[in-house]
Amino acid sequence: MAIRHRKSILYTLVGFPLAISFLFSYIVGYIFSAAPTTKLSDIEGLLDSFAFWFVIIAAILPSPIASYSIVGEKVEKSLEPLLATPATDGEILLGKCIASFFPTILATYASAVIYMASTDSSLYSRAGGLYYPNSEIVVILFLLAPLTALLSIEMNVITSARVTDVRSASQLGSVLFAPFIGLYLAGEIGVIALDAISLLAMSAIFAVLAVGMFFMSVRTFQREEILTKWK
Amino acid sequence: MIEAEALTRKFGDLVAVDQVTFSVKEGEIFGFLGPNGAGKTTTVRMLCCLISKTSGTARIADYEVGNRADSPRIRKMIGLVPDNVGLYEGMSAYDNLDFYGKLYDLTESQRRESNEYFLKMLGLWEKRGAPAGTFSKGMKQKLAVARALIHDPQVLFLDEPTANLDPESAKTVRDFVLELRKEKKTIFLNTHNLDEAQRICDRIAILNAKLVAIGTAEELERTVRGRRTVIQLTGVSDTVVKTLERLPLRNLNCVDGRVTFDVSDPERENPPVVRTIVEAGGEIQTVTVQGSTLEEAYLKLVRKQD
Repeated sequence: MAIRHRKSILYTLVGFPLAISFLFSYIVGYIFSAAPTTKLSDIEGLLDSFAFWFVIIAAILPSPIASYSIVGEKVEKSLEPLLATPATDGEILLGKCIASFFPTILATYASAVIYMASTDSSLYSRAGGLYYPNSEIVVILFLLAPLTALLSIEMNVITSARVTDVRSASQLGSVLFAPFIGLYLAGEIGVIALDAISLLAMSAIFAVLAVGMFFMSVRTFQREEILTKWK
Repeated sequence: MIEAEALTRKFGDLVAVDQVTFSVKEGEIFGFLGPNGAGKTTTVRMLCCLISKTSGTARIADYEVGNRADSPRIRKMIGLVPDNVGLYEGMSAYDNLDFYGKLYDLTESQRRESNEYFLKMLGLWEKRGAPAGTFSKGMKQKLAVARALIHDPQVLFLDEPTANLDPESAKTVRDFVLELRKEKKTIFLNTHNLDEAQRICDRIAILNAKLVAIGTAEELERTVRGRRTVIQLTGVSDTVVKTLERLPLRNLNCVDGRVTFDVSDPERENPPVVRTIVEAGGEIQTVTVQGSTLEEAYLKLVRKQD
């Protein structure tokens, strides 16, 4: 609902992942046209980094939707009748998570498909076949990205329920993906490897965090505070 | 159906609702009158299990307000129209109702039936596909009432349902509330519209943090000044005045052929006065009993409490 009626959210959801996938495909194509002797092994690290960006996309995309989710109810003053229904805090928050999760995953997968198809077309002759999908991107797309999206949504929902205006929610939402950028940078400087095993381990940690944060979001969702302190 | 005893809510040092005790019978339209900030909305929010009480007890049917296990049951049997209607403005009228129907676990066929019934009943069926954001205030209010009734609740809480509505829309909402009385729904109406309270409420409570008074509109009017008998004569002779002065009448006034005095039980007190006037040679044109208005009663009670 928020997506359809807030164009800025729609632009972020469609524009950002598309821009990333076209940019990365272009960079790969450019490397091979500018330096025809480049071997696939020379850029494998770069390709792993590019693939990890789909984790970052999954962290960034839900932010505007999820951060608007609770504060948006405040703007439309629709939270009071909603809270007067038998829906529990957990159900309300789960609904908010689902509403942010599916558009995020859809956009992430669409951009990943575009990136993989265009990168494969550049790499086909050098790789002697399709480079993507490989084990890393499978882990990223089917485990790490969904879990990252969930974590990002939960973080945004928790902060969104604590702030009282859309601007604060957006500002907070825009810094919440910083930890995921941190992970990317850690991979870039070699602190962690971005191979399939590390990505699987990361996924396991994210899964535990996602479950923990969901319960935390339910515990920190204070109906009374929202109704009495929001003006 | 609704019972509150010494219900209290504090926000820090501010006592928003102070030891309020009342009960509302099943099928009754109960008006909650009070100035802004009197604690009307806070009371409704407590009864709807939206905020906690500081002390006191309250029950809706067999369920205790504030009991964690009873809260979902209470929410299931009540409908709330808050002062800010809070519709999803981007969604159509039909989808707004349908969404709430799902929250109350109505089946698809139940939702279809209820949505159609209420949208037709409130004259919104033709606009069912239009986004709620394009509706006038009156239409939004009607849609909010429909939303609160979608699950056929036993108790309906209406918080200022006709505030800011044009007279025609306000009448539609009021008429609809009166229709609901026929269905034996218990209605708790928060309002500061005295005329509305007088017209549709069976009983009225006046709140100003504390409960100031409670009763029917007539009873409230009487609590302030009682009633006054006005006897119009063709003329008031000295004999009539002297005879009347011998009677134990309160605040007797005889001016320009008009005799007035306070009464508490006009049916019992007026006949001997009329008889006395006639016996003294007075010629009576009319006998009427006037009460103080609800507005006078309300203002007096609220000011007295301040």
